[in-house]
Amino acid sequence: MTETVGKHPTADEGGMGYLETLPRSVVVIYIPLAIFIFVLLFPFYWMTITSFKTNEELHAYRGLSALWIYEPTLENIRFLLFETEYPRWMWNSMFITVSSTFLSIFCAVCAAYAIERLRYKGSRTVGMLIFLAYLVPPSILFIPLAIMVFQLGIFDTVWALVLTYPTILIPFCTWLLMGYFRSIPYELEECALIDGATRLQILTKIVLPLSVPGLISAGIFAFTLSWNEFIYALTFISSAENKTVPVGAITELITFDVYNWGGLMAGAMLGSLPIAILYSFFVEHYVSSMTGAVKE
Amino acid sequence: MATANDPNIGFSERLNNNRNLLGLLFMVPAAIVLLLFLTYPLGLGVWLGLTDVKIGRPGVFIGLDNYFWLFEDKVFWLSVFNTFLYTVVASIIKFGLGLWLALLLNRHMPFKAFIRAIVLLPFIVPTVLSALAFWWIYDSQDSVISWILIEMGVIDQTIDFLGHPNNARASVIAANIWRGVPFVAITLLAGLQTISPTLYEAATIDGAGEWRRFRHITFPLLTPIIAVVMTFSVLFTFTDFQLIWVMTRGGPINATHLMATLSYQRAIVGGALGEGAAIATAMIPFLLAAILFSYFGLQRRKWQQGGRDD
Repeated sequence: MTETVGKHPTADEGGMGYLETLPRSVVVIYIPLAIFIFVLLFPFYWMTITSFKTNEELHAYRGLSALWIYEPTLENIRFLLFETEYPRWMWNSMFITVSSTFLSIFCAVCAAYAIERLRYKGSRTVGMLIFLAYLVPPSILFIPLAIMVFQLGIFDTVWALVLTYPTILIPFCTWLLMGYFRSIPYELEECALIDGATRLQILTKIVLPLSVPGLISAGIFAFTLSWNEFIYALTFISSAENKTVPVGAITELITFDVYNWGGLMAGAMLGSLPIAILYSFFVEHYVSSMTGAVKE
Repeated sequence: MATANDPNIGFSERLNNNRNLLGLLFMVPAAIVLLLFLTYPLGLGVWLGLTDVKIGRPGVFIGLDNYFWLFEDKVFWLSVFNTFLYTVVASIIKFGLGLWLALLLNRHMPFKAFIRAIVLLPFIVPTVLSALAFWWIYDSQDSVISWILIEMGVIDQTIDFLGHPNNARASVIAANIWRGVPFVAITLLAGLQTISPTLYEAATIDGAGEWRRFRHITFPLLTPIIAVVMTFSVLFTFTDFQLIWVMTRGGPINATHLMATLSYQRAIVGGALGEGAAIATAMIPFLLAAILFSYFGLQRRKWQQGGRDD
């Protein structure tokens, strides 16, 4: 009889989960969910497995099961690190991503504070325009930007990307930070004003410390967006030593006679790792930045 | 006490008290970047579409000639058709699967947080790199899907995923869905979590079944967020470039060319910047339609929450 106690662990969690029997929830929830997770994760599994396989093993499926590695090798990673400019692309990606993220956060903090807290004349309209700017896709801007970048003399340098990525990042970060700033009580700011603080002091000593979670959310999402950016990097960069990881992987690792799948997959895996690691530390911030940008 | 007209008040103090001037000052960094690298190129792009500029040669104004040429260009119309097919099919399936996944994740279960975290991975990882993985999965000879199906005895020849027009279309759409479902699911999940469980309990007591609870509680309360999420999803699918460029470059025989890839092909690969800009400009009306849709979606949300319509 003691077994029946604790049979319904979900009952006191709220909701009506306890009304469902176990066989039913297995069929209705767990099997579909398992299929979803399998499909969503399989490409990563396959990418990782391939990057540790020898070339012979890649093409000899029949007979032995392809879903496992029998002779793991680090040859593909060695090839990537020592025979291509992959480390250089990693460094470029890191430099471009970090600089454009910091530039964007700085611009976005100032803009969001002005729109949300100073409430100057026309700030509502500017807020709406920033949201619209978020919706302008890079695919319709890359041609005119390519011409501008060329005329500015920064074509084929990392600066072309450091200066253009913020156009994607600032609208997003501003929109997100506006939501965070809105939730800080006005009274704090009024107290500081009475005590003689300037607006800049209020921003750095009161508003920013209170919106650290928002800053982290905006920062890591901006980091991800610029790490993943492709079309600008593909258009504005032509020499191999200035490329970012995605562009380098597509243009330099693919030789059109024989596909070096092991090397390519190793490149894809290593290029995804920084984002995956960052993600594993800040899952909650990712989710809040993604939903925050949509909800507000 | 100093008053506003007191000549002893310094410039910095007056600045500190003038919200309009100070607001303008705070806007300067963002405004410079956005006006110079977003607003100006947007206008420049429209202008370029009216010229015949090529790489390495300044162009002259040729009016709407680019658009007349495009109007008679079969490849352009094929790319428009492909873009719509890609957007409509991928968005509908992404919405259906995303909503389903969101409803599944909304249940109480062991390792809830962990499962939600790994579900979002396809959205976080660089699209180009996961597209490379799909390219390998779709390989004409050594595709793992073909291998598994052959081992199971379903087919006896490898499938040429990216070699035939319709196969290639289905394959790139599948890859796009794979990447988009987590975004739709996780944002809808955030919407689902704001719905109070007491509503469902009350409905159950009133005798409502699962379908009617979904139809009359979940769906109406979720509509505003669905409108916004799907606008984003449609917008990013419509202007997609990365997946296609990595997997097919628009081939075979232009069957997967989207407007964005055709624009890149003509402008950067082919050197006809003016024509490419015209193709890119032709996307703007559709984007505007999507943005208007989003705007009304947002408004409705405020109204539903009892907020002001401002």
